[in-house]
Amino acid sequence: MKMLTCKDASHLISERQERPLGFRERWGLRMHLWICANCRRFERQLALMRKALSELGRRAEAEAQGADLTPEARERIRKALAERRGHE
Amino acid sequence: MSDRRADTSVQHSPEHWLEEHGAALYRYALTHLRDEHKAEEAVQDTLLAALQARERFSGGASVRTWLVGILKHKIIDAFRHDAREVALEEPDAVEDDAGQDDDFAPDGHWSMRLADWGDPVRALENSQFLAILQRCLDALPPRLGRLFWLREVMEEDTEYICKELAITPTNLWTMLHRGRLGLRQCLDRNWVGQNVQAVARG
Repeated sequence: MKMLTCKDASHLISERQERPLGFRERWGLRMHLWICANCRRFERQLALMRKALSELGRRAEAEAQGADLTPEARERIRKALAERRGHE
Repeated sequence: MSDRRADTSVQHSPEHWLEEHGAALYRYALTHLRDEHKAEEAVQDTLLAALQARERFSGGASVRTWLVGILKHKIIDAFRHDAREVALEEPDAVEDDAGQDDDFAPDGHWSMRLADWGDPVRALENSQFLAILQRCLDALPPRLGRLFWLREVMEEDTEYICKELAITPTNLWTMLHRGRLGLRQCLDRNWVGQNVQAVARG
């Protein structure tokens, strides 16, 4: 079997987060990671990035926790709804 | 659920939805749009769309779930609108600006030694790391950044994203990979970048 390049391997490491790899892909990647410290590091970096991004989402959510529509915004929306209903 | 037995005409009035779910919808929109004005607009568009579609609401899901589903469409619309200079639907419009090309030498090897980002648990607790991540995310080409947000932060699955944006899974995966390389490079440069020696630059 032809050896994967780092570029190929990086693709597979990334796509593994999206879809299950096939048998040959899994095997090729395993062999590559065995010998390639850089790609092992890439793998760890991607895993961290994914966790960190979902942490970012949780923080954005927490920040929005106390927020609410202003009374003026509610009034604007109520008007828009009434107007649309008038057209029905 | 007990509220299913409530008077449906009241339950299905948009004014009631605004009263009951307005705040939750607004918080959701604000989380993902990060702009009060856009968030308000998304809530309004959601309720207008719900008003038009209310006949089709089956009552199977909760009203909240149904409304949030509509809101998600509106958020994606807003993303699309934001990124319209580089259309979100055309995967090949953006090539090199994610900056991944100098990651690899022509022979397919990494063009540098990748930095050690240290203990992942500590990184996740580090506000500075997360702030830099946010900045790096904002610095991606808008199209990639939005796509990334959709996939990694809103945690939507491939099928949903492909359907919404009318792209193929292969396109999506390629773009996500580009986004990951771009983000990785940015983090390398701005977080631990001082120690990284770029071998094959220029």
